[in-house]
Amino acid sequence: MSTPVIAVEHGVVGYDGRPVLRDVSLTVTAGEVVAILGANGSGKSTLIRAVLGLVPLSAGSVTLFDRPLRRFRQWARIGYVPQRLGAGGGVPATVREVVASGRLARRGVLRPPGRADRAAVDAALLAVGLADRAGDPVATLSGGQQQRTLIARALAGQPELLVLDEPTAGVDAASQEAFASALRDFVADGGTVLLVAHELGPLRPVISRAVVVHEGRIAHDGAVPDPAGHHAEPDHDHVHPHCYDEPAGLWSN
Amino acid sequence: MGLFQYSYMQHALIGALVIGLAAPALGIYLVQRRLALIGDGVGHVALTGVGAGLLLNRSPVLVAVLVATAGAIAIEVVRARGRTSGDLALALLFYGGIAGGVLLVGLSDATSANLNAYLFGSLITTSRADVITIAVLGAAILVTMIALRPALFAVSHDEEYARVSGLPVRTLNLLIAVSTAVTVTIAMRAVGVLLISALMVVPVATAQQITRGFRSTMTAAMALGLFAAGSGIWVAATADTAPGASVVLVAIASFLVVAVAGGVWRKLRQRSTPVAASTAEPHEVVLGRS
Repeated sequence: MSTPVIAVEHGVVGYDGRPVLRDVSLTVTAGEVVAILGANGSGKSTLIRAVLGLVPLSAGSVTLFDRPLRRFRQWARIGYVPQRLGAGGGVPATVREVVASGRLARRGVLRPPGRADRAAVDAALLAVGLADRAGDPVATLSGGQQQRTLIARALAGQPELLVLDEPTAGVDAASQEAFASALRDFVADGGTVLLVAHELGPLRPVISRAVVVHEGRIAHDGAVPDPAGHHAEPDHDHVHPHCYDEPAGLWSN
Repeated sequence: MGLFQYSYMQHALIGALVIGLAAPALGIYLVQRRLALIGDGVGHVALTGVGAGLLLNRSPVLVAVLVATAGAIAIEVVRARGRTSGDLALALLFYGGIAGGVLLVGLSDATSANLNAYLFGSLITTSRADVITIAVLGAAILVTMIALRPALFAVSHDEEYARVSGLPVRTLNLLIAVSTAVTVTIAMRAVGVLLISALMVVPVATAQQITRGFRSTMTAAMALGLFAAGSGIWVAATADTAPGASVVLVAIASFLVVAVAGGVWRKLRQRSTPVAASTAEPHEVVLGRS
């Protein structure tokens, strides 16, 4: 059996005393492509934020590449893709400048960028199909193109593990396809992927395992659930909304 | 230009130019993380340092550096906690800072003219030693802000991503806080506590109207800061106006000129290529909407 890349054991996370994750255990091994599914507010985003150390665990443990999270320092092995790019204070930044941030984990704070850094940024821009937009300000890109910029930023660091938070939410068809193809290439090169998704869309064939989070617990861990069968269950959990404007609480309780 | 043969005018000019270059180089990070007014806050705190310095008969600028640094670190700690009360805590710090400054200056033997010199700047009374302090600290700020640009950009742009990249986020944030305190205190002599934020923020605001990237914005903002400082001092010398206020008004005038010119240019460009503008963006198709 291959080594675990991520191991969460009995993880508990609470915000202001309100539990969001209750006793979650999850193991991801090298080469797997694991999708975390669940309704809004189920705790699926919190789970990956806990894995990355962005929210503290109140109990349990997280291990990354065989090392406890607290002592983990090899961040260059991980590429993180957040849900969206923050608006920031309005200072413009080009696509290339944002993607180049992805090299910092490898290069460190003090060393100026070299030829290898530029080559990796070029390759990442090419992989997501944004090479022709490299000099444009990110703010002028569509939502899907901005998402691809964030994926390129993670890829530029040449990570072994990609962690993505809803990479396809509200993204146009062209960008979903570009993203699926970038992900296929990454997996073909031996990469491991943990992603949170509302719905899988064109990603479905790439996913090797699905984990369904429901009310802070893992409700399913195994094959990608078949949407029709899943919906037929009496106590079914909508893992994708019928309409983006729908209030989440209506269906998820 | 005959005025510049006097050494006090040369000192004034050198001090202003260094600050004109360094303040926007730091300010761009503050603007990006929506802390455009932090310079103002630190300036208020620095005033307490000035008061303490005058009262203790120590160098007001030196004491102000220490007090402003402590204040900037306190603000950064409150900001990093990210609680809603942070806003109020900052307000308390700002008002406490300026009230403490006024109180301490009043207790000392200093006159209200002394207080005014720190509130609105007093380049004319800047000594040779002051200019050297400004030049050395200004150069240090400038080099740090340029050399660490990739890391500081990453932290200001997306702090969580920077954390997952393993960057020393807390150290970099404290570095920005301390640099703000140092810039504010050295700029205090040139433009005064109440106008410092303008030199950090206005050139950046002007530059970002016409630039496309972070690096180009930084370069343009530094050029604009240098221009505002140089021409502001020249205006002050020839028209006998307050130097600090002149520098800031030149910076704001540049902002207005660029804003109007940029608007006109965009309008003209739109008229010449009406089709290209509307077809540049691909149509968004949101999947999953049924």
